[in-house]
Amino acid sequence: MSPSTHKLYKFPGGLRLPGHKELSTSQAIGESFIPSHLVLPLQQHIGEPSEAVVRKGERVLKGQVIAGANGYVSVPLHAPTSGTITEIIEHAVPHPSGLAADCIILEPDYKDEWCTLDAPEDYLQMDPSALRNRIREAGIVGLGGAGFPSFIKLNPGSKTAIDELILNAAECEPYISCDDMIMRERALEVIQGTQIMQHALRAKRCLIGIEDNKRAAYKALQSALSTLNIDTIEIIVIPTIYPTGGEKQLIKVLTGKESPSHGLPLDIGVVCHNVATAAAVYQAVTFNKPLISRIVTLTGHGIKKPGNHEVLIGTPVDEWIRHCGDYHNEIHQLVMGGPMMGFTLGTDQLPIIKTTNCILALTLEETTLSDQQPMPCIRCGACMEVCPVSLLPQQLYWQAYARELDKIQDYNLFDCIECGCCSYVCPSQIPLVQYYRFAKTEIWAQEREKNKSDQARLRHEFRLERLEKEKLEREERMRKKKAALKASKDPQEKDGKKDAIEAALARVREKQQQKTIERKNVDNLNAEAQKKIDEIEERRKRQQDTSTGEQTKTTSQD
Amino acid sequence: MQFKKTTSPYLHNNANVSRVMLRVLFALIPGTLIYSYFFGWSIILNIMLACFTALASEALMLSWRQRPVMFYLRDNSAIVTAWLLALALPTLAPWWLIVIATLFAIVIAKHLYGGLGYNPFNPAMVGYVVVMISFPQYMTQWLLPHENLDFAQSLQWLLKGELSGSMTIDSITSATAIDSIKTGLSLNQSFADISNSPLFGYLGGAAWEWIAAGFLAGGLWLLYMRIISWQIPLGMLLSISVISGIFYVVDPQYYSDPLFQLFSGGTMLAAFFIATDPVSASTTPRGKIIYAAGIGALTYIIRTWGGYPDGIAFAVLLMNMAVPTIDYYTQPRIFGARGK
Repeated sequence: MSPSTHKLYKFPGGLRLPGHKELSTSQAIGESFIPSHLVLPLQQHIGEPSEAVVRKGERVLKGQVIAGANGYVSVPLHAPTSGTITEIIEHAVPHPSGLAADCIILEPDYKDEWCTLDAPEDYLQMDPSALRNRIREAGIVGLGGAGFPSFIKLNPGSKTAIDELILNAAECEPYISCDDMIMRERALEVIQGTQIMQHALRAKRCLIGIEDNKRAAYKALQSALSTLNIDTIEIIVIPTIYPTGGEKQLIKVLTGKESPSHGLPLDIGVVCHNVATAAAVYQAVTFNKPLISRIVTLTGHGIKKPGNHEVLIGTPVDEWIRHCGDYHNEIHQLVMGGPMMGFTLGTDQLPIIKTTNCILALTLEETTLSDQQPMPCIRCGACMEVCPVSLLPQQLYWQAYARELDKIQDYNLFDCIECGCCSYVCPSQIPLVQYYRFAKTEIWAQEREKNKSDQARLRHEFRLERLEKEKLEREERMRKKKAALKASKDPQEKDGKKDAIEAALARVREKQQQKTIERKNVDNLNAEAQKKIDEIEERRKRQQDTSTGEQTKTTSQD
Repeated sequence: MQFKKTTSPYLHNNANVSRVMLRVLFALIPGTLIYSYFFGWSIILNIMLACFTALASEALMLSWRQRPVMFYLRDNSAIVTAWLLALALPTLAPWWLIVIATLFAIVIAKHLYGGLGYNPFNPAMVGYVVVMISFPQYMTQWLLPHENLDFAQSLQWLLKGELSGSMTIDSITSATAIDSIKTGLSLNQSFADISNSPLFGYLGGAAWEWIAAGFLAGGLWLLYMRIISWQIPLGMLLSISVISGIFYVVDPQYYSDPLFQLFSGGTMLAAFFIATDPVSASTTPRGKIIYAAGIGALTYIIRTWGGYPDGIAFAVLLMNMAVPTIDYYTQPRIFGARGK
């Protein structure tokens, strides 16, 4: 590769991992096939799940919307092929939790009949917001793995100027090669998609960061650039160090800028997208084609013919693997994603979704993680040396182990990107990342719990207030009614009765004044809650005063 | 098909504690062999005795604590502790002294604190200090250079505490070079005069400078293998050199030169093997430098003005105490954090 003149920066830590990429890059991207049925989860992205807009038994065409976006952070879902909706049910979905979620089941009719697509427009004539809408309507989410709706990341807001659009072509995880292959075979699409994104963002410049182990892909991108005669996009070769493909890490390597610890790259004027997303954007904008398939790597020593394939979204993993030549050897674990940050699948009867970049069938010899029980931490600090965020993983581990959920946040737990470097090098073979995930979930659960109890307390206070108000109103009505009744009666009798009523009212007033609402659950209030209670008391007092005043007034009118 | 579920990552570099410890032991071999070349078999026998005691007491403690005995014995950590302790103790230390020191190191300093990974103090140094304070008279029985005991003599000494023939303990042992400086200076001799004694070699103590070179070589290999981090040896050696350098420049008649400090006593052994014990050392990059520099400074102070022949053990234990504080105040700046 030609030496890049671009100045590169380093992020802390990182690892040189055995790539295992050659396993799946020896053959061209395989054609997609239509399986016996497609399982389409309504949630394949970060945000709100989409809402089904089709019914059981309905016939749908390829590319037709079958579930609409629900809320801002959501995208629609399209039928990957023509066929019949057989069911909308809970089905196991690929997720670390292993839980089931709502899915649309589509039985293909093998006609693969497209719906009518809108006529494409020239994107240069399109307003960025129209362009974003087109991308949203195509159901495009980040194809690198996180699955955040892409149109949002193409909306910098009116105030932020975007200095750099960065295209993530690092693909730093071992085994995965789908981005590599898409660049080799569809470089023109990738580059044109990048241009569209750059246009939507009005980004000053665009950098494509590609690891130096993807020689062929680099060449393909370069020749696409010269074919299209583009000089606004720069392709930069970066060293192969895991996790360079992490968004914040890649931005640092290419620009030297560090995204703020609790912020977004947008805060420093950078937006980062994946190369496969760029290709999907190109398809969506140029041909109006929605995202109904993606390229997935099928690899690992447990796969007979490893390679990359175009796969329809919703294709069941087991059927796909059988279609591609089946398993061989004893499979130890089936991983979705890479071996460092992916998650194991308990079964292969799960669909490929928009964020699935790799299915990895690992044999026992490949998973170099031994089944041995972990040793105690010897504080060797190997984890700290490789941490790309400069955290102190062993301290995080001690705090998580001791369930010190406050202290662990002092050690910046939430800056951990769960890249797995620390676990990879730990000589005691402690599953460190697992401890951090556990601590994070615990803290989230605690916060939810706290919010819930705060809400419950507020509701309770409002209820007390309301009851009191109602009671006062009732008494007021009763009193008025009585007064009116009395006024209509014999004036002779009035005096005697009047005295009695006066006395009763006085008693009521006295009672009202004496009565304070019984306070419950008021120990350990925080300042905010206390303030709120004080306000309520104040209001209550005011109400009482006014109502007593009114009483006096009406009485004196008699 | 059903598969086993675990959490990522699914790869590992295959490092394990047992191998780390084994590499430390490998790195000790050159220094130990040179030691044995100069002083005979005693050191080998001492190491074996210490290792046996350590393994036996470790096994006993593990079974009392209801931990898997073989699983933990295989981690080699007890052998490392015992080996280092044997190297630190005088060559002609009586057998019971070695046993007591090892028992203290393993039982009290290691297991009573929770075993591997939980000990705040360096076990070998705790064992050393206990016998140093309890039995000071035996702690000076260092063989004179060139008094090489053969296997039979060494074994006889170790088993029976007897020396053969005309040899007496006083005729073949002496104080160390470092100790002799202190004594010499108190007799108003200059450092130049003192260092003319046969106890002194080219750079440091006679014979000991070669042993130190052996440990230096082993230590550099550990650095190369990334078993230890550079901050600790460099911090300690630099701090001793700088401090002794300043005093040497001010008054070369009275103070020893930095090279002597580096190649005498246990400086090299401590810098690469003892201060680098990960469990009791500081863990942050800046913290390691502070920790090691502290050991260096305290070692020089105790050596030069203190009442003990070599101050390393005390220096290490004192800095062990400071580790939690050092670690707390030297946390690295995390990626993306505001400011420096």
